[in-house]
Amino acid sequence: MNITHLVMIAIGSIFLNNFVLSRFLGICPFVGVSKKLDSAVGMGMAVIFVMTLASFVTYLVYYYVLVPYSLEYLNTIAFILTIAALVQFIEMFMKKNMPALYSALGIFLPLITTNCAVLGVAILNIDSVWADDGTHYTFIESIWNGFTGGVGFTIALVIMAGIREKLEFADLPESMKGLPIAFVTSALIAMAFLGFSGMKIM
Amino acid sequence: MDIGQILIALVWIGLLGAVFGAILAYASKVFAVEVDPKVEKISGILPQANCGACGYPGCSGYANGIVSSGAEINLCSPGGKDVVDKIAEIMGVAAKDSVAMVAYCACNGTKENAKNRFEYYGPKSCSSAVFVSGGHKMCDYGCLGFGDCVEACLFGAMGMGEDGLPFVDDGKCVGCGACVKACPKGIMKMMPKGAKVYLACNSKAKGKEVTDACIVGCIGCKICSLPKTTPSGAIKMNGDLPVVNYDIEDTLTGAKYKCPKGCFYDKGDESKSEDQIAKEKEDFKAEEAKASEAAKKAALEKAAAEK
Repeated sequence: MNITHLVMIAIGSIFLNNFVLSRFLGICPFVGVSKKLDSAVGMGMAVIFVMTLASFVTYLVYYYVLVPYSLEYLNTIAFILTIAALVQFIEMFMKKNMPALYSALGIFLPLITTNCAVLGVAILNIDSVWADDGTHYTFIESIWNGFTGGVGFTIALVIMAGIREKLEFADLPESMKGLPIAFVTSALIAMAFLGFSGMKIM
Repeated sequence: MDIGQILIALVWIGLLGAVFGAILAYASKVFAVEVDPKVEKISGILPQANCGACGYPGCSGYANGIVSSGAEINLCSPGGKDVVDKIAEIMGVAAKDSVAMVAYCACNGTKENAKNRFEYYGPKSCSSAVFVSGGHKMCDYGCLGFGDCVEACLFGAMGMGEDGLPFVDDGKCVGCGACVKACPKGIMKMMPKGAKVYLACNSKAKGKEVTDACIVGCIGCKICSLPKTTPSGAIKMNGDLPVVNYDIEDTLTGAKYKCPKGCFYDKGDESKSEDQIAKEKEDFKAEEAKASEAAKKAALEKAAAEK
């Protein structure tokens, strides 16, 4: 277990290559669920949960089903199938065994079933190659990437929600209210996160 | 083109799908959550306004609450008596009466009546204005007039008047209490739909402090709570602000006419002409005069008889 790799993944997924602000994946819930801080936090938690589990299961499906039979080109279809089934399973499990958690973030689960951030992290885990030794992500690194990707998503979502709540009271021209100003805000936040690029970790 | 490759692809994807499908089918049996059919039925008769007046998250939440946690069946304000009866039928219990409540604004601090401490240029929201030393009104308890309550109303029953105070349309108000929660000063209050008179002041201060800030504020003189004014005891003093107990049947006319500041507002006056209102006041005063004359005479006669 290469700790340096894990630290690089963490800093990369949260700051340098934030899934929403740098990779532009998962913009739909980012703009859609960021109106209230409470729902933003709930959504973020759900995304962390799903992205971690999805990384776990898709890694197994890729390396134990697709690769042995030279079916790597089917990764998109297989991953979507896996993720959709996984999220349905999680929803059923939570509804029965964790009713409190279900009432908090259960409604967000169908929203992120085929969110491109979730599919994105699955495919990134497969495609990413380390510059220092040319290996692909290991199992632990994939799961960690999923987890920190979710954390980065949550941070971006919470920042957006905080700003949007304050924007409710701002004196805006009618045509800018709602979605237009939300997009402008996202662009500004993305530019701010650009400032992290070029960070050397080693 | 190798048919074998295509077949393998089809087989494996098919197999994946079949396996996941089987797992989900099994899971739906194992993790099945029993839904009582009564919840569906009750959810069907509730008005689906999802206003939260009952205290539960939405109508389906209330239906769940009634069936699984034994919530009171008369909590739905918008539903009214009809809904309570139908729920009683489904749950097999006796229906209890719910009193229809409406909201009112317990403040008469219009732009003319009440003074400001300073000019406020912040966000036009009561909950924001209240952070700036409690708001721009000189009266700490007064209405700031930015309409957070009007915004909160889901039923279109509220509007902001020209005078800077919100008004409630009794016909549309369902008593959900959203405006009560939205007001940062606690000025929006609830009263029974049939009641006509309410106290249009929220000031817990008294005397000069109130009159300096607002010409129609309650000065805490306690005249309205005296047994002479309101014999039924419907008005009790909470410090320097009277509190009306609407459970006691009382038209509150005594308090309305005897309050030196005219703090009691009568909804019935809205449909009467100025002359009619003046006449009713004269009649009341005449009645009072007659009653006190009769009382004095009786006291004198009693004193004479004892001698």
